Amino acid sequence: MTNAQLDVAAIKAQFPLLQRELNGAPLVYLDSANTSQKPQSVIDAMSTFMEQSYAPINRSAYQLASEATDAYEGARTKVQRFINARRDREVVFTKNATESLNLVAHSWGRANLREGDVVVLTQMEHHANIVPWHMLVQEKGIQLRWVPLTADGQLDLTTLPQLLDGAKAFSFTAMSNVLGTITPVQQLCAAAHDAGAIAIVDGCQYVPHNVTDVQAWGADFLAFSSHKMCGPSGVGVLWGRESLLDAMPPFLGGGNMIADVRFDGFTTAELPAKFEAGTPPIIEVVGLGAAIDFLDGIGMASIRAHEAHMAALAIATLTERFGDDIQLHGSTDTEVRGATFSFAFRGIHPHDLSQVLDQRNVCVRAGHHCAKPLMRLMGVNATARASFYLYNDEHDIDVLADALDGATDIFGF
Amino acid sequence: MPGLEDLYREIILDHHRNPRNRGELAPPASHAVGHNPLCGDEIDVYLDVTDGVVSDVKVGGQGCSISQSSASMMSQAVKGKPVDEVRALVRRFKGMMSIPDEDGNPIEPDPSVKLGDLEALQGVVKFPVRIKCATLAWNTLLEALEQR
Ligand SMILES: Cc1ncc(COP(=O)(O)O)c(C=O)c1O
Repeated sequence: MTNAQLDVAAIKAQFPLLQRELNGAPLVYLDSANTSQKPQSVIDAMSTFMEQSYAPINRSAYQLASEATDAYEGARTKVQRFINARRDREVVFTKNATESLNLVAHSWGRANLREGDVVVLTQMEHHANIVPWHMLVQEKGIQLRWVPLTADGQLDLTTLPQLLDGAKAFSFTAMSNVLGTITPVQQLCAAAHDAGAIAIVDGCQYVPHNVTDVQAWGADFLAFSSHKMCGPSGVGVLWGRESLLDAMPPFLGGGNMIADVRFDGFTTAELPAKFEAGTPPIIEVVGLGAAIDFLDGIGMASIRAHEAHMAALAIATLTERFGDDIQLHGSTDTEVRGATFSFAFRGIHPHDLSQVLDQRNVCVRAGHHCAKPLMRLMGVNATARASFYLYNDEHDIDVLADALDGATDIFGF
Repeated sequence: MPGLEDLYREIILDHHRNPRNRGELAPPASHAVGHNPLCGDEIDVYLDVTDGVVSDVKVGGQGCSISQSSASMMSQAVKGKPVDEVRALVRRFKGMMSIPDEDGNPIEPDPSVKLGDLEALQGVVKFPVRIKCATLAWNTLLEALEQR
């Protein structure tokens, strides 16, 4: 496989932080599944907005406020196009994907789920797509069912029809933050609908790395975070099918989300304001818009092709060099995985491993990755995780491999 | 950046490779489980206390070299000690790890409490994220003491 897709050097040059040297050596940032670095264009868009156009949105008549409102709403339109949503009023800005998923569970869930109702999840969900549903188990007595995994970390769909039988919702990740597995979203949405359930997609790990098309998927909700897609932290997105969002009760109450408030009650605003109570992260939303422009300029299909190439190369390099001493979790088929790898190495605990890698400025995550049920299933407390993005190149894989060798020197296994 | 040799001292690696007092104690021994919510590590501490003295201690669970070796050294240090001396040792150890007391004040080292091998863990302070690893067993020990 060639890598004619991306000019990684030119891309990397646009990320100021990646130019930084620590202790005289360059950084090798392999933790983008956790959070991504920011290109100059995003940094500039946010500071220019603060320098030139910052004002409240939606509430004031003066020109500056309408400029700020245009910037904010312009970002909403960019999100709409980026995920191919039908209308921009289906795009709700939240704080992060976690809040987006909580919004669905709280608002849709409380209105539509009763004791005994079934919600289906997969065994590889992030806590953000587990705990909000557990809260409804405690509060309303709903039941959870779990789609099991195959040995190579894909969804085992053999029992899916039975699991979905009678279910009200199926909420699943489009890509696992631990295993890197990409799930067959379109097929899963169709299966949910066949069973009369709605389909909720956690796109946190998918949207930053792939072409997203909620209409082609046939999804009902999609949650993702700006900070994992070159945008700032502090803003997330919930996309929802208009008819569902319209029918749902509001989530947070306060300013901006109301049409009217009286001493004896309130009525809610239209979408999307209905779900955007209070002053939103205005500057961050503008930054997210710039991040989408940046990603669009490169092309999501090219980014995906680059990451499939990086995934294949990482698998080849690491297994060639370390054989059975490295255990890469998840599938080796780059058709069904992204460039996020959890691994075990020579019995060295992930914490120790990441500490040693840090000596070479290699940033990898060690821990349970907010997926403790999956960790238990895998029979581990923690893994080390290296995740690659559009600014990582082949050299980064070699540095990782060299740094892993260094770990052996200390622990002497 | 502080060097790894400050963290991974030979004695720490030795306890990591050959942890002491591994195992379980049957009830009525007290048993506490400690979690490091950041990394998912778990430690089990089992305690037998006879006539105010820690007569036996066992450690179970999984963790990184720092949490495992700290647990191993802790088990050696407290075995055979009266409970009040154990509490003083916990306090001294936490002080070494720059953990403040209940009122948020620094813990002054008590010279009458000897740390022995545990001093090897001093370097952990230079790696603040790892302090939680080093103190996990000690907090779990306190919980096990509370259970009696
Ligand atoms: C699959 C998945 N879902 C949800 C989340 C939660 O995202 P955030 O912390 O931005 O709300 C993450 C982030 O780690 C994730 O990887």
